[in-house]
Amino acid sequence: MSPSDQTSLSHAARRGRLVPRRSRLRSEAIVRKTLFGTALLSVGTTGAIIVVLALEAISFFALPDHPEISLVGFATGTEWSPLLGAEPKFGVLPLVCGTLLITGIAALVALPIGLVTSVFLSEYAPGWLRTPVKAILELLAGVPTVVYGFFALTFITPDILQRVSRWVTGDEVFGTYNALSAGIAVGIMILPIICSLSEDALRAVPRSLRDGAYALGGTKFDTSVRVVLPAALSGIVAAFLLAVTRAIGETMIVALAAGSVPSLTLDPASQSQTMTGYMVQIFLGDAPAGGVEYQSAYAVAATLFLITLVLAWVGGLVLRRFREEYE
Amino acid sequence: MSSIGQIPGTPIPPSRRLLTNRAFLSVCLASTTLAVAVLCALIISVAVDGWGSLSWDFLDSFASRKPEKAGIKAALFGSLWVVATCALTAIPIGVGTAVYLEEFAPKNRVTRFIQLNITNLAGVPSIVYGIIGLTAFSRMFGVFRLDEPVTLGNSETFWFLQFPFGPSVLAAGLTLMLVILPVMIVSSQEALRSVPATLRQGSLAMGATTWQTVWRLTLPAAIPTIITGTILAISRAIGEAAPLLVVGAALLIFRTPENLMSSFTVLPLQIFNWAGRPQAGFHAIAAAAIIVQLVLLILFNGTAVALRLRLQKPLQ
Repeated sequence: MSPSDQTSLSHAARRGRLVPRRSRLRSEAIVRKTLFGTALLSVGTTGAIIVVLALEAISFFALPDHPEISLVGFATGTEWSPLLGAEPKFGVLPLVCGTLLITGIAALVALPIGLVTSVFLSEYAPGWLRTPVKAILELLAGVPTVVYGFFALTFITPDILQRVSRWVTGDEVFGTYNALSAGIAVGIMILPIICSLSEDALRAVPRSLRDGAYALGGTKFDTSVRVVLPAALSGIVAAFLLAVTRAIGETMIVALAAGSVPSLTLDPASQSQTMTGYMVQIFLGDAPAGGVEYQSAYAVAATLFLITLVLAWVGGLVLRRFREEYE
Repeated sequence: MSSIGQIPGTPIPPSRRLLTNRAFLSVCLASTTLAVAVLCALIISVAVDGWGSLSWDFLDSFASRKPEKAGIKAALFGSLWVVATCALTAIPIGVGTAVYLEEFAPKNRVTRFIQLNITNLAGVPSIVYGIIGLTAFSRMFGVFRLDEPVTLGNSETFWFLQFPFGPSVLAAGLTLMLVILPVMIVSSQEALRSVPATLRQGSLAMGATTWQTVWRLTLPAAIPTIITGTILAISRAIGEAAPLLVVGAALLIFRTPENLMSSFTVLPLQIFNWAGRPQAGFHAIAAAAIIVQLVLLILFNGTAVALRLRLQKPLQ
């Protein structure tokens, strides 16, 4: 409904007998303004996020007692040891590395399974199978992430990783906290997102494309993987990026299962601290408010926010750039 | 899609392609089975760990240093208060924003900007919302002094307020509101969009104003779908822990909230707290608390489905 329609309508009404009373129009204006106010709240939220993170991060870099902290040193430093001893080091790369490691493991787990499952649900599965499987995926999507953290800590690590590694190498490779179990749990968490969004994208591909592929003698596999999948690619990539954004911002799983040792390593058996994991450590009360460690959490939060913003932007770009339009 | 595999009547392709076809079907079945098996493993492992600790006493006791005496009363009531605050604020603001964007907003730059902004907010990690909640609600940007809060009303009453809010139920509820707002807005918008345009046109042609049309026709028609989206968003709020940890939930607490300014803990944070301890006894009660949490979520979502089925009337 555009406002021009609205005014032309009331002009028409004014000429006839159905004149809206003035009070009606006035309350209409009040309602419109109130609703606009609620819509502005979301803009205000974004503004608050940007301003708060920027101000607090700037105050971290400008702490008078710590002239050694600089933006360049923060962005390129390879050592993160804020709580240790006399000379804390604030180089964010180990935390970024931890986040990338766990997100990478999660993507390796969730992307193939999610993609194949969504192709199955959209192209192969008969209705009686599709409905319960989708219900189960919805259930998985509703499980709080702290539950996945508990699952990683008490099931994936002891009952799967440690058991398998003992059986294969005869050695204890995995400790109580390790990046692999957290990564797998994050992968399970994002699996339903990838499944349901990719399935939506696949189902949106028009039937005529499938009919054409069959008419040319394609098998079910040829049709779904070589015709339907490429046609839905933009939606699938967008789904994947959304899932990766969720994985990067995931907090409770890594706080429970990944440990708290920031390190610049890609070894999945080692402990690993992510950006979110560090923020939990600080806000749980390991550091006094206002101190240098406390302020560093804001700089980490700003980094995290920037990364998710870039991913959202890339996602929008992919959707616009690679969208295939079918009549 | 009649049969799985080859379409009858098509020329028989070379055997290698048929083989690929078969192999892919097995891969599909395996991966779907895996996804389902994961959920089963999750439920079974939690049930095995936690079943023995579930009892009425567990629901009706406060936290304790000894796992066998600890319970989740404070967390249950805390969750209830926080989520109620969140729902009561998020529903009007979320639906209001959706109504504005779908029914009132002119198609111009400002509207596009607001829309883009909401889409981007949906991708912001929840722990970042926690930081905003801490700064904007718990501390109110340092406008008031933390050690001498400005009070409003009697602390015995439910509507007692103090500024800044501090680590309170109200600050937590408002923070969760920020977390779920983008989801609420987008799903309500989709609900409004699915109402047929003819309904609006008819009403406007009769001389109704836009708001009368929205209030008497569009909203009632969209309500079942809006309710579904709202319940999904609120069930996300029930399971959210990270932002509340930042806002400042109390970890050991021995009473239930009395007003909006009370300190609080919530069920997911209680689970986190217990799961993070090394002793097996605490793991068992963490699992028991998870069972309670999952049962609550299933009940909640079940209500949503039932409500939707009752309210849904076919249009057209």
